[in-house]
Amino acid sequence: MTNMLRFLTENHYEAGAIILFGIGFLNLLLQDNLIKKFIGLNIMDTAVYLFLVSQGYIAGHTAPIATVGQKALASKFINPIPSGLVLTGIVVSVSVTAFSLALVQRLYKKYGTLSLDKVLVLLKEDKEDESNP
Amino acid sequence: MILDYVLLIFLILCAIGTTITKNLLDAVIIFMAYSSVMAVIWALLQSPDLAITEAAVGAGVTGILFFITLKKIHSVKGTRD
Amino acid sequence: MKENGGKWEKFFKWINGETTIDSVILENSRKKRFAKRKLRHQKAKFIALRLKHSKRRIQEIICIIVAVVFIGILLKTASELPTCGKPDNPVNNEVSERYLEKGVEETGSINLVSGMILDYRAFDTFGESCVLFTAVICVAMLLKRDKNNIDPIEDQELKEDEEIKNADGSLILKFVARLVIPFIFLYGIYVILNGHLSPGGGFSGGAIIGAGLMLYSTAYGQENTRRFFTYETFKKVSATCLLIYCFSKGYSFFTGGNHLKNIIPKGIPGNILSSGLILPLNICVGIIVACTMYGIYSFFTKGDI
Repeated sequence: MTNMLRFLTENHYEAGAIILFGIGFLNLLLQDNLIKKFIGLNIMDTAVYLFLVSQGYIAGHTAPIATVGQKALASKFINPIPSGLVLTGIVVSVSVTAFSLALVQRLYKKYGTLSLDKVLVLLKEDKEDESNP
Repeated sequence: MILDYVLLIFLILCAIGTTITKNLLDAVIIFMAYSSVMAVIWALLQSPDLAITEAAVGAGVTGILFFITLKKIHSVKGTRD
Repeated sequence: MKENGGKWEKFFKWINGETTIDSVILENSRKKRFAKRKLRHQKAKFIALRLKHSKRRIQEIICIIVAVVFIGILLKTASELPTCGKPDNPVNNEVSERYLEKGVEETGSINLVSGMILDYRAFDTFGESCVLFTAVICVAMLLKRDKNNIDPIEDQELKEDEEIKNADGSLILKFVARLVIPFIFLYGIYVILNGHLSPGGGFSGGAIIGAGLMLYSTAYGQENTRRFFTYETFKKVSATCLLIYCFSKGYSFFTGGNHLKNIIPKGIPGNILSSGLILPLNICVGIIVACTMYGIYSFFTKGDI
């Protein structure tokens, strides 16, 4: 219990990131509507990024932008590697979102609904129609 | 320190809000608020590059793409159908 | 008499400006389609509901149990992590120390994150630009309106939208857009060109310029954007930028592990014309991201750039 309390007070960013990941994960698993599924996927993405960035944070150090002629930078700046990784990740997550939304639009054009259950039932019907016309 | 907790709790509330709203437009708007708060948290974590990118990409472009998709699938009230 | 009445009704409606004749026909065809669809949907809803009460319920419970166990394991693991924000955590090892200590003299860039992603880890960024380009190609494959992808009802909807927009005028949007758009473009270009001196760089600046293009296209219509940005320019510009990036960083494949000496001199760190290849690469990435964002937007709205 004390361990958990220490965790919540000291590693609060990590705790928040994991809770957000859980919410996004449940959203992705349980939502019926496809748009909400993709919002859940985006929430999962940002939770992972929050975890990564909080690992690179060092209390009291500033953002890695030097002034000319500054020495001993490692004792003044935060870790730049997670920032670089997450910067690429954000833009990739946008392209994944755009692609999945394009798929959603095509799906709506074909079946006229966004509910995954209904789409699955209609798909099964179509297959039956094809096999015995 | 207190600001951290307030922002994190706001994030979690936004994430739950997107799950439980019935209206898709509301869900997308709450998600945009979530992205903006995320940008503030990244500024607090000393990564201004990420803050600028998230504010432009997460809250701006992703939101616009979701809105256009909602319009295409006729689920924004007051425009059509 | 009955037919006559129907026709007159339509005519009076048309006189009163409630709806045009074209859209009446369209309305009927749409209604027919939606009615057919509705019947199928009701059937599907019924089956889906029945499924939900038997099989789906068990699946949902299993999903919740799996998710809760998974999150519990993650929380337990994260509680064993070292305290966030200590300088001697195992994350802050010799790699980041090297990047921080030698970064300014080796890359010539003041912003160490931008120096890292465009010099030490430039291939990472190149792959990511390729991911963006691939995303636009996939969206174009799915949504481009050509002879294989024609839907008369959607065409009619787009035409009606255009008419509504022209009649409405959207005066406030046009006025505000005229005031704001130059500053958006200026800010985006500033963020791209100062990528090695201040926070920002190709990704954020490109996204800002893309958002500006979207605003222009919304306010003044796509015909006006087509005057300077067509599908041809999109293809040529983004392919050229990707090729420039590829050749300026890909030469180390042919020269072995050691890079050739930089062709562009590094200059004095802190000046705007400094840091060798980082400034041109930032411009390339910015153009690719701006083209990508606007391309995705226009494929989503009109089905063509």
